[in-house]
Amino acid sequence: MTSAHLDSVVCERPKHGWLRRNRFLLLRRGVQLFTLALFLAGPWAGLWIVKGTLTSSMTLGVLPLTDPFLMLQALVSGHWPELTGIIGVAIVVGSYAVFGGRIYCSWVCPMNVVTDSANWVHRMLGLKKGWQPKKQTRYWVMAMTLLVAAGTGSLAYELVNPVTMLHRGLVFGMGFAWASVVMVFLFDVFVSRHGWCGHLCPMGAVYGLLNIQSLLRVSAKNREACDDCMDCFEVCPENHVISPALRGKGDDTPLILNRDCTACGRCIDVCDLDVFSFTHRFDTQLIQPTSIEPIQHDPAPIKAMGGHK
Amino acid sequence: MSGEKKTGLIDAKRRQFLGDAARTACGCAVAATFLTVWQAQAKALPADAIRPPGALPEEEFLGACVRCGLCVRDCPFDTLKLAELGETGPATGTPYFTARDVPCEMCEDIPCVVACPTGALDHSLTNIDDANMGVAVLIDQENCLNFLGLRCDVCYRVCPLIDEAITLEVRPNLRTGSHAVFVPTVQADFCTGCGLCEKACVLPESAIKVLPQRIARAESAEHYRLGWEEKAKAGNALVPGVIDLPDRVPDATPFEPVFKPGKGRP
Ligand code: SF4
Ligand code: SF4
Ligand code: SF4
Ligand code: SF4
Ligand code: SF4
Repeated sequence: MTSAHLDSVVCERPKHGWLRRNRFLLLRRGVQLFTLALFLAGPWAGLWIVKGTLTSSMTLGVLPLTDPFLMLQALVSGHWPELTGIIGVAIVVGSYAVFGGRIYCSWVCPMNVVTDSANWVHRMLGLKKGWQPKKQTRYWVMAMTLLVAAGTGSLAYELVNPVTMLHRGLVFGMGFAWASVVMVFLFDVFVSRHGWCGHLCPMGAVYGLLNIQSLLRVSAKNREACDDCMDCFEVCPENHVISPALRGKGDDTPLILNRDCTACGRCIDVCDLDVFSFTHRFDTQLIQPTSIEPIQHDPAPIKAMGGHK
Repeated sequence: MSGEKKTGLIDAKRRQFLGDAARTACGCAVAATFLTVWQAQAKALPADAIRPPGALPEEEFLGACVRCGLCVRDCPFDTLKLAELGETGPATGTPYFTARDVPCEMCEDIPCVVACPTGALDHSLTNIDDANMGVAVLIDQENCLNFLGLRCDVCYRVCPLIDEAITLEVRPNLRTGSHAVFVPTVQADFCTGCGLCEKACVLPESAIKVLPQRIARAESAEHYRLGWEEKAKAGNALVPGVIDLPDRVPDATPFEPVFKPGKGRP
């Protein structure tokens, strides 16, 4: 295999432009910013659209929304909430369970910006994975926080929860909350790749549980076109979810059904061969390989070279 | 043979699984311990941090409030604030106010309570006069102008429950011997702890301060009875046949004309 041959292979491969490679990322940043703006329009401009914080809010005086994890902590610490709180939780649980639980993580949660940036720095520095706790760890952490809440009769985890602290900080005043955000950032860069959102955050765990049957799914519809460049595995914050769908054969569903998938769309963004797309969970259709084969080569040497970057 | 191998494999897998689970459980136990200790330390509420009207008793409040800030947003006077991390104050994210900065104006419709989605602010509080945020205490009798014999009266005048929560008790002015002192006196059963008096006190540092119940109030022993109340209840002397001895008054009492011990207010 000569390098000339390799070059020709690289040239044949389509390469999307920057905008196309970042469209869902940009869209997500837009949604995250817009969500924050809704909360800030009141205190900054006197435009009261959404009051409160992500833990519990009131939109235009009619739509209550309450975070299930926070309410769960209050419940196990022995407190039964008011009706607005219950309605708020029901709406949040219902909509996320139907549309996609971890949409919260990648489209709403402000910490996502921090951990995404941390991961970008991590990649730029070419650091090792670092500590990789087991996939169930976040459920253990969730159980632990609830046990402590039950034991102390208090929302003890909220003394350290960097996620609620960050959002409250942005909307009400930071205090030293930035320190816990910096800690998460450094943890994700130097200690553990995708450590916080991908392994530990108990809020992510709760939204993950809501993600089990939800509709919005990413499908590796066009998996026949995949040439193993590994770009999707590189960017996916939960990359163990990709293989079953992408590497599936024949009748294996191309849908990414794993509850850990955050529906961030990053895999769709970075794939130059358009393997992935958003769809619903009943769309198991596969795109048949096109007659004009775009690439005629043996992917092995490229893999050996570390894939396309 | 292959069956044996298989069970061997399963055993190894199970061992691995149990090992992982044990490790994670230990890690979580350590984290839980830290969290419990931290929470025990963070429980101490400073004396000048007053919870909003209707707040459940502190222990319960910390298990009910989701730190959302809706009460803060609906307070029209910007009285309430959320504790920030690093502040030596209430638990992070919980609402409170500092009376000397911005007191509670005792809104009739109590919007803060209505806004609370969890009931950490008890929705059964519908009359703000029944609120029990704390108790005002005239804490510095040496500097209070009224105690010095002047008629400042400011704390008394601003009280929304004037003459109920705070009264002026007339005492002889022992310094001049011929004037009265009007002592601002808080009636704890009526005081809501709104802090309007603390805010209004004319001194550079307020002489009257709202304190949490746990600091401001004593508790009478369960078996104590007030003889005169029991007597009134019974309608006659509890111990019959006790002779009423004459009150002993110091000879050269300077306040003879205005003040007769045992006779109540002139
Ligand atoms: S599979 Fe795709 S959409 Fe799901 S988390 Fe990974 S990158 Fe995001
Ligand atoms: S009663 Fe009124 S002034 Fe007092 S804390 Fe509530 S909203 Fe604010
Ligand atoms: S509205 Fe209720 S739950 Fe929210 S911060 Fe205030 S007291 Fe806590
Ligand atoms: S805190 Fe002061 S102003 Fe408020 S009710 Fe009590 S005595 Fe009156
Ligand atoms: S306002 Fe201050 S100085 Fe004046 S009477 Fe009240 S406590 Fe005393």
